[in-house]
Amino acid sequence: MKTQNQRAWLFVTPVLFLVAFNALIPMMTVVNYSVQETFGDNLFFWQGLDWFEQVLKSERFHNALGRQFFFTFMILIIEVPLGIAIALAMPKKGPWVPFCLVTMALPMLIPWNVVGAMWNIFTLPDIGLLGYTMNHVLGISYDMTQDPVAAWVTIIVMDVWHWTSLVVLLAYAGLVSIPNAYYQAAEIDGASNWAVFRFIQLPKMKTVLTIAVLLRFMDSFNIYTEPFVLTGGGPGNSTTLLSIDLVKIALGQFDLGPAAAMSLIYFAITLFASWLFYTLMTLNDNKS
Amino acid sequence: MAQIKLSNLRHSYNPNPTGDEDYALKKIDLTWEDGGAYALLGPSGCGKSTLLNIISGLLIPSDGQVLFDDQDVTALPPAKRNIAQVFQFPVIYDTMTVYDNLAFPLRNRGRDEDIVKRRVTGIAEMLEVTEMLGTRASNLSPDNKQKISMGRGLVREDVNVVMFDEPLTVIDPHLKWKLRSKLKELHQRVKATMIYVTHDQTEALTFADQVVVMQDGEVVQIGTPVELFERPAHTFVGHFIGSPGMNVLPCDVKDGGAFFGGEQINLEGPVTGTGDGRAEVGIRPEFVSVSKDGPGLAAQVRKVADIGRHKVVEAVAHDSRVHAILEGEAPSTGDAVMLDFKQSQTRLYKDGWLASSPGEGA
Repeated sequence: MKTQNQRAWLFVTPVLFLVAFNALIPMMTVVNYSVQETFGDNLFFWQGLDWFEQVLKSERFHNALGRQFFFTFMILIIEVPLGIAIALAMPKKGPWVPFCLVTMALPMLIPWNVVGAMWNIFTLPDIGLLGYTMNHVLGISYDMTQDPVAAWVTIIVMDVWHWTSLVVLLAYAGLVSIPNAYYQAAEIDGASNWAVFRFIQLPKMKTVLTIAVLLRFMDSFNIYTEPFVLTGGGPGNSTTLLSIDLVKIALGQFDLGPAAAMSLIYFAITLFASWLFYTLMTLNDNKS
Repeated sequence: MAQIKLSNLRHSYNPNPTGDEDYALKKIDLTWEDGGAYALLGPSGCGKSTLLNIISGLLIPSDGQVLFDDQDVTALPPAKRNIAQVFQFPVIYDTMTVYDNLAFPLRNRGRDEDIVKRRVTGIAEMLEVTEMLGTRASNLSPDNKQKISMGRGLVREDVNVVMFDEPLTVIDPHLKWKLRSKLKELHQRVKATMIYVTHDQTEALTFADQVVVMQDGEVVQIGTPVELFERPAHTFVGHFIGSPGMNVLPCDVKDGGAFFGGEQINLEGPVTGTGDGRAEVGIRPEFVSVSKDGPGLAAQVRKVADIGRHKVVEAVAHDSRVHAILEGEAPSTGDAVMLDFKQSQTRLYKDGWLASSPGEGA
């Protein structure tokens, strides 16, 4: 006879503790804050859904959310096609392959705050290589601490520099897995270069591109360190993305209730958008 | 439709070939007649696929010419040669339906949709895939995918040649037979030249009217399946075709006769080859008879394998192995027997090449 007992649960407890302490408990604390008001001294008052209402109606939140969507949209629209183009141009075999791969991977190895600091110095109008060249050699006025447009261009270019490699490497992995016979068959079938891309390369890259878009969406939607170090959200509020605004409210103003409500809304939006992306991109797979 | 001629063809993957061993193909002169069903047979690495890729234009040969109806196409890309090729692994366009897959080569060449429709439905009917036309090609089983790859080759009305590069490798054994007969049937219906590359002799012999046997980058023999079986031009062909292959026994040639271990072997006819190269006697196991006390060569049975329809006897005579195929009663291991070679099927080879001709009586 088989012995039946509940001892197997013991093996699951470490995971349970791990998940509880790094996800469930902090998350529930946030939920707890989001429905209460505090004036310090560990005194809390029930507030209901007021904070959620306040956040959803606040113009400040709308603006930050709008900036956040604009930022994510811009970097996706640049990084994905650019990444695919670079992957297509990279050699598929030969001595240059490792060189290209390592060069591509380098930006990703640099920590976020270092990237922010690097670009900050790089763009300084008086001593930065880029800033100096623009202002004093080419004669184009460029100062991202004064001009919102320059600030936006800089954070987008910085993110493209930092993260296009991820798309490149994923797309490249998809490309090199295509057997040579596909290209030969297409050549014999008289397919144009565009048709080869559209009907062979793109479909074979689809799975990895889905992952690339999802990763880039989530990362860019939650981005904090690089723009914070580079522009600090300025000039004015022009580059204050959602995460920067959230930290300002939570740690700058110490409005724990509204900050908690905002972070839950933020979380819901990220989750929903990721689900939407994934569903749309895998929609055709199940069709027969 | 065209006659395809390969003239003085050589190919090396090494940009600076120094000797013969650097060549994957060594001097090929070959003509494929219009409408023929050919098989290109040889072991892996003998240059079959290289030759195929040169005909299709995926490779440009180091030396020599490829002529389609006397027109030099050596430098033309595949799309301009009007050829079709089916690869070892089925190549299909995953995102398209079966219909669009079949229509792809025609649409790329700007054909009218009416013509596309007529050709595609015609080919689908021939391949028996009509009911799959609307499904996505990625959902098909491997054998149906391979059928679609073949269909894409056959859909164009004017292909010069359809080439198959070991197309049945990934197909289940019980479906191989079906696809093979389908191919044979297709050849009779579309009347295009077909070249079928394989290392499997059964596939080659069932499909082709003419089999081209290759070894080490050279064509060893071209002939009908019967010719290859009965009169191998080279001991390699004798070995490679047949199961078990031809018996090849070392011998001495004296006064126009062959002597194996001192005993004279009656050849089919006079020795034609000149020179003093390594001489061998070749006889197929099918033409060796075994008896207890008949005429012939004394030998000892070493192994008897019952493979169902017949038995394969392995005997040793003068330190050489001789196979014989017997139906019915067979001796047991260890028995002393006499081996008799059918004279009209006993050939002489010098340095591997056939060096006897059939006598008047044979």
